[in-house]
Order: sequence, then structure tokens, then C-alpha cells
Amino acid sequence: MSKVRVLVGTRKGAFILTSDGKREHWDVSGPHFAGWEIYHVKGSPADPNRLYGAQSSGWFGQVIQRSSDGGKTWETPGGEVIPKPDAPPAGQSNKFVYDTSSATGKPLTTHQWYDGTQHPWEFKRVWHLEPSLTDPDTVYAGVEDAALFRTTDGAQTWHEFAGLRGHGTGPQWQPGAGGLCLHTIILDSKDPKRIFIAISAAGSFRTDDGGKTWRAINRGLRSPYIPDPNAEIGHCVHHVAMHPTRPGVLFMQKHWDVMRSDNAGDSWQEVSGNLPTDFGFVIDIHAHEPETIYVVPIKSDGEHFVPDGKLRVYRSRTGGNEWEALTKGLPQANCYVNVLRDAMAVDSLDKCGVYFGTTGGQVYASADAGDTWSPIVRDLPAVLSVEVQTLP
Amino acid sequence: MIRVVLPPHLRGLARISGEVELDIQAPVTLRSVLDALESRYPMLSGTIRDHITQTRRPFLRVFACGEDLSHEQPDTPLPDAVASGTEPLLIVGAIAGG
Repeated sequence: MSKVRVLVGTRKGAFILTSDGKREHWDVSGPHFAGWEIYHVKGSPADPNRLYGAQSSGWFGQVIQRSSDGGKTWETPGGEVIPKPDAPPAGQSNKFVYDTSSATGKPLTTHQWYDGTQHPWEFKRVWHLEPSLTDPDTVYAGVEDAALFRTTDGAQTWHEFAGLRGHGTGPQWQPGAGGLCLHTIILDSKDPKRIFIAISAAGSFRTDDGGKTWRAINRGLRSPYIPDPNAEIGHCVHHVAMHPTRPGVLFMQKHWDVMRSDNAGDSWQEVSGNLPTDFGFVIDIHAHEPETIYVVPIKSDGEHFVPDGKLRVYRSRTGGNEWEALTKGLPQANCYVNVLRDAMAVDSLDKCGVYFGTTGGQVYASADAGDTWSPIVRDLPAVLSVEVQTLP
Repeated sequence: MIRVVLPPHLRGLARISGEVELDIQAPVTLRSVLDALESRYPMLSGTIRDHITQTRRPFLRVFACGEDLSHEQPDTPLPDAVASGTEPLLIVGAIAGG
């Protein structure tokens, strides 16, 4: 029977939740890396037992963790006491250095600071790890201050795709409330040279040449909180999702507005429809129904909790515009949690499982595509990210 | 034998308990201690001082013999009591929320 492994990153450690395909009874493992912020943990599609974790701390900086046994044991890549003879220099798995070389990059530029002045790029942490679809040793990392890095040696060393940060609009990028973070990385399952990324607050970008050159893909986004609401750059994109079988169709939860693109981001249309509020962070897509999408509306940018004290997932079976509230099993009174941008995921079982974590420490699961929900755990530290692996 | 006391988060990261003991040739300085520490425990690289600038991370301090050595130059010899192993070198995380 299939199994499901849910990888949960929290403010104070990582947790791994496992169940069989019925998804009724769960084993909880953790906290792993207790006391550290775990922004993201994700498994390799090419080797499900290979996991990568982004572990960070305001005191001690960034650490990258790797597991080769599904999270039972972990190591810092390159941290072996006796490294292999041909291994790269030890202790570099957390070394994220912006590329300033004349050959591949440009001199380090500046980005816009909160007060409108220019500010130098400074590495702070890894927000998102996206393992390659085909190679367990290749992983993409989205970092703060916003840039895209890649490792091809199992996270022992990292190198920046300097063309993104240096492509010209960098001085217009500005940090959102959480910092200037590259938080979304989508690898095109049908075109290995195409990658989508999103940055708060700059917008979405796409490369069609494997990361050498990038273009902003924000036409149709409208953000009244920036000087030119229709500007090419400056939009606070919160998350973007793509169904693997339809690489040209993207769904976006922007600061405000839920958006859709049918041309790989060349243009966007709003599909917020009848949502009670179109502010939010997460957005995800049903594993088997590419037109079925999920969001969790949040009251506003000033009140980061669900509206009316009710935790409601909204589902659209029409690719947006027409939404239904999913409430069965979720608290419908006195609930004031948030669901952060990387804290929703789906499994690929039939029926599709949907999972999300809250800032109140609950991880909810639905084994019937959202019709009913139940908590797997209720009292974890604030949840930063949720990923799911469907295992044979 | 130099004795180093790490904060709990870094002991967990390096999978060690108690003090770290390091053999270092004179002169014993903060730089030579951290070089030896990172050589033995590569996973600590970047967690106490920046990879590139080698500057101390801002929320960490260095104490020994009842003194705050955080702002000493990295090549300044550490106190004799540290160099002889009589007193430990303390790497301390600031008490700042969390």
C-alpha cells in the first residue's frame, strides 16, 4: 500500500509525519534540529529518501541538512570529519556567496530598501529548496536577499544564477514584510530549461535557457500599493503553483488578488471571484484535476489571520472565479491563525490528499480533496512550510 | 589543550556534548582557535564567523576569564589561562528573544 510522508518546517524544528495510504493514523517524528527555524524541507522526486532541509537561526546563520534515508538520519553535506579525497572543501554547504565575477555575473548591484534608498545585497537565509526532477544531487535554493542558487553535488557547494539578480531590474526590487525573499521555484516538467521563480516584492520571473537570462512575467498584475500599480516590477507575489501536466498554466496568490496565467506568465488575469477576501499566502492545485485549486483567504495585510475567526480553505473546480468554502473539520469560531506561503501541499493518491499548516502549530489533512479535514498534530511550533511525498 | 564551550545549538549541530578540546600551537588566538574548531567540525563553518569576511556573527560573543574578548582583534593572543587550558573560551549566544 502507498504511504505518505509529510515534511513540516516550523519556527523551532522540523517534524516528519507518516501514514499509510488511508491517511487516518499518523506517526510523528521530531523535532529534528530543535530550536532552529526550519523554513523548508523537501524531498527529491528522483530519490524520495533524499531530503534537503533549510535550517537557520538569527544567531548562527544558515545551515543545510541532507538525509539519504527519508529523514531518519541527517548530515551537513561536506561536514564529514574525514572527507572523500575528491570532495570539495569541507564546511561550504551553507556558503551562499553572490556571484560578482565578470565572466558569469555582474558587479553586485543594490536593491531598494524599505525607505526607498538603495541597499546592498546581503545573504540572510534560504527560504525554499527545490530538488531537481531528475537528479538527487541537484537542488535549487531561493534565498533572502533574493537570488537563486543551485548545487549539483548534493548541497556541498552552491553557485548563484547571477543573471536573475543582475538582469536589470534589481534596483527596483524591495523587501516585503518578511524580507526580500525568493520563495517560489517551479521547474517545468516538460522543458528542463524553463524555470519560474517569484520574489517578494519584485514579482515573477521566467528563464527559458536554463537560468542564464531571465524576464519579468508580471503583465496583468495590479498592485495599488506601489507608485505605478501596473509596473513591470514591484508586485508582492506570495506564491505560485503549476500542475506538472500543464506547464503553461500558472496560478498565483498575490499580496491581494488570486491570478491565473494560461501562457506561462506572459499575461495574468484575476480569478478571485467570490472569495471573501483575496489576500492570502498559499495556493495549490489538485494532483489529478488541473482546474481544481485551493487557497486559504486571510483577512488583510494588516490582520494576518483568517476572516471572522473561521478557518476555511476555498476550492475552485473551475480554475478560479467560482469558489466554495471547505469547512468540515476545521475550526469555525475563535480561530485567528495564518497559513504561510509554503505551508500547503497535496499528495498524489486517489483521492487527492491536501495538507496545510498554521501559525498556531496545527497541521490539517484532508484525504478526500478537501471535503473533510482533521488535524494530524495540533500543537507544533508555528508552521513555516509543509511538503508531501507520496511513497510506493 | 585549549578548552572551548559552545552554545547548545552549535553543540547539537556538531553532535558533541560538553567542552571541545583542541590542540593548538602558540600563539593561541581567537583566529587559530576558530580555524581548528572549524577544521575538526566543518559543519560549524559560517555559524560563528562569516564565511567571507571572517567577522564574528553579530549575536555571538566571546568571553574568557571573566572578560569580554568579543572586540579583540582575531590575532591577539588569548589569555594565558585559556592557552594553558586552565580556563575555557566561551562562545556565547546573545540573550535576545527566541
